[in-house]
Amino acid sequence: MLNVTINSQKLQVPEGSTILQAARQAGIKIPTLCNVEKREAIGACRVCLVEVEGARTLQASCSTPVSENMVVHTNSAPARAARRQVVELLLSEHDGDCPTCSRSLDCELRALADEMGVANVPFEGVRAKPHIDGSTPALVRDNAKCIKCRRCVSVCGEVQGVGALFPQGRGFQTVIGPAFTRDLDSVACVQCGQCAAICPVGAITEKTAIPQVWKAIENPKLHVVVQTAPAIRAALGECFGYEPGTRVTGKMAAALRRLGFDGVFDTNFTADLTILEEGTELLTRLKKALVDKLPVALPMFTSCSPGWINFAEFYFPQFLPNISTCKSPQQMFGAVAKSYYAQKIGRKPEEIVVVSVMPCTAKKFEAQRPEMSTNGVPDVDYVLTTRELAKMIKEAGIDFKSLPDEPMDAPLGLSSGAADIFANTGGVMEAALRTAYEIVTGRELPVDNLHVKAIAGLGGVKEAALTIEGAKKEWSFLEGVELKVAVSHGLGNTRRLLEHIKANGSPYHFIEVMTCPGGCIGGGGQPRFTDDSVRLKRISAIYSEDESKKMRKSHENPDIQTLYKEFLGRPLGEKSHHLLHTHYAHREK
Amino acid sequence: MTALSAPAASRGCACCCEPSEAELYVRLDEVIGEYRDKPGGLIPALQTAQSVFGYLPEPVIRKIADGFGKTVSEVTGVVTFYSFFTLHPRGKYLVRVCLGTACYVRGGKEVLDAFKKRLKIDVGETTPDRQFSLEVGRCFGACGMAPVVMVNDTVHQRVKPARVGELVNRILAGGAVAVEKEQA
Repeated sequence: MLNVTINSQKLQVPEGSTILQAARQAGIKIPTLCNVEKREAIGACRVCLVEVEGARTLQASCSTPVSENMVVHTNSAPARAARRQVVELLLSEHDGDCPTCSRSLDCELRALADEMGVANVPFEGVRAKPHIDGSTPALVRDNAKCIKCRRCVSVCGEVQGVGALFPQGRGFQTVIGPAFTRDLDSVACVQCGQCAAICPVGAITEKTAIPQVWKAIENPKLHVVVQTAPAIRAALGECFGYEPGTRVTGKMAAALRRLGFDGVFDTNFTADLTILEEGTELLTRLKKALVDKLPVALPMFTSCSPGWINFAEFYFPQFLPNISTCKSPQQMFGAVAKSYYAQKIGRKPEEIVVVSVMPCTAKKFEAQRPEMSTNGVPDVDYVLTTRELAKMIKEAGIDFKSLPDEPMDAPLGLSSGAADIFANTGGVMEAALRTAYEIVTGRELPVDNLHVKAIAGLGGVKEAALTIEGAKKEWSFLEGVELKVAVSHGLGNTRRLLEHIKANGSPYHFIEVMTCPGGCIGGGGQPRFTDDSVRLKRISAIYSEDESKKMRKSHENPDIQTLYKEFLGRPLGEKSHHLLHTHYAHREK
Repeated sequence: MTALSAPAASRGCACCCEPSEAELYVRLDEVIGEYRDKPGGLIPALQTAQSVFGYLPEPVIRKIADGFGKTVSEVTGVVTFYSFFTLHPRGKYLVRVCLGTACYVRGGKEVLDAFKKRLKIDVGETTPDRQFSLEVGRCFGACGMAPVVMVNDTVHQRVKPARVGELVNRILAGGAVAVEKEQA
């Protein structure tokens, strides 16, 4: 431990701590625009300057390690003046367009300018040549607003292992973007939107679908239904002043009804459906491998997360046969809404508009994939992020906090607790195990409160093993088999796992991959700002949602049973194959 | 003014002495193999590749990125950061006018303007006859001789704007710069 004095406060900090970390430990706030939790200091923004006794100049606290008996002043006149001047310089280069910027209410630069009492911008900076990159379905980049802090570079390269964004050029001419300063569609970007979630200003945002959704709602000829992903209910409240981790499922349903949707449904419903299709697919693959001795691709990977699918298609095509052919719950919902539900209400598929609310920007990309349509009608028409939904609710003048709790509509609104936990890392796997174990043995998954502890939490790659005992007759080939599973979240972790498997083979049967750190609760479309403490709170909200339900296994969902009885037949059957399954292809950029 | 004429010592002969593109790519593979596992190997690899190809075309950058396990965005980030590297073919003579602090205060900017006027190109451009490219340098470590201009590998010191035209003529006459070192 090292002794350090910050603003006369004496404290001990672990060796290797930076001044910024030490100050946070002491409850002293030092502003920063480029720091990324748990990543190496970038040191680009210079907003965290502090005075260190004995040092010749002010020091960037994010990248200056504490030394023994260091004396730091964060609140001295020179430090305050320098930080203000740094913000003034940033503002002189920033073509903010504040009144109309989508980030005007949660812009970190604007907040800092206010905190520091910036009254005018005394410098005339060189501004980037404005260029708006709307080349992808998911994201919009606005160069003029970029302050070159490089948070997105750190997240894209280090956390996600994608590296689509990098500073190009030098000095005032620097552009944070893809190679050759081209647009995002020219590189292998997976469109996860982690860059948009961490951008301190309005330089990277989701491509909005709000106008199209309003237009659909207001068209009396259309029947507009909405589905909400499991992760929305644990985060939407943050946009209305609730603490992270507040469950707002009932208010969310009420708000959607007041926005004018004709059916308020739940992606959770098709998460349950996914478990039946994907669980059956896994058991079928295992049977082919163990009984029929056929060459079959194992381990099987989950397919819910569209950023992961893009990642595999770009970087790991050799694993494409291993990915479950199941469409994601979002796409399954669209396919079921425009077939089963359309029949039920006597409407043509093309008269139904499916709107999704997703914690994700890659879902916008997924919805427009040509494979994700049936007879030329897209399964899902428009995708909104959690943030966009909050904006619509505000625009409609709905007082969210005073809304009553309302239920989702039938027949696509009922879900089990297993569907809720699709929202976080480890959840899809746990949900699958709850059902698969019971199908095979006829008994409940033998773990405490149905939770598989080893694969929960924020560890990068987690694994668990489960020996199957007392298998039913038709599954006797699994008797005594130790089922091995792995879970990874964040594509950087996933890349490490896949490289390991490539080099050493896989001991696993089934692997869950979620694109974003923490899973969907930490998605690129979630309310800003997401760090590990927020992730953990959202995860704990999701688990309590699960535990609050009597029905906690997907196969127990009576409306799913009815869907199979009335319409689909059986999992992996002819109709399922046509509506609920898809294929992947190697892509290059 | 007459067009800038070709210098006496022109590039190789007109027959078969130029290496084929395939040969250049074989050399590139060697360069990548040589540097890929060395710490900090990217920059020397780019430098060598540029001396082989004369510039860093996109396919070369993609191959280097692939070889080093880096993304293309990262490699172009490095290439565009250093003024030494270029994504476009350069002229036979690369004129780099230093605008580092010492050269700037001693009139580097005026020297640059004189070159722009004489060559009728802007910074980053190449004359239509592929004789000259004009770039800005950021300190060649010769501050005591400011303002400094580098033409290929030759340093010209205390350059005066009024004598830039004369310098260009001397270069064209083949007397002011060592040319085509790599073919020597």
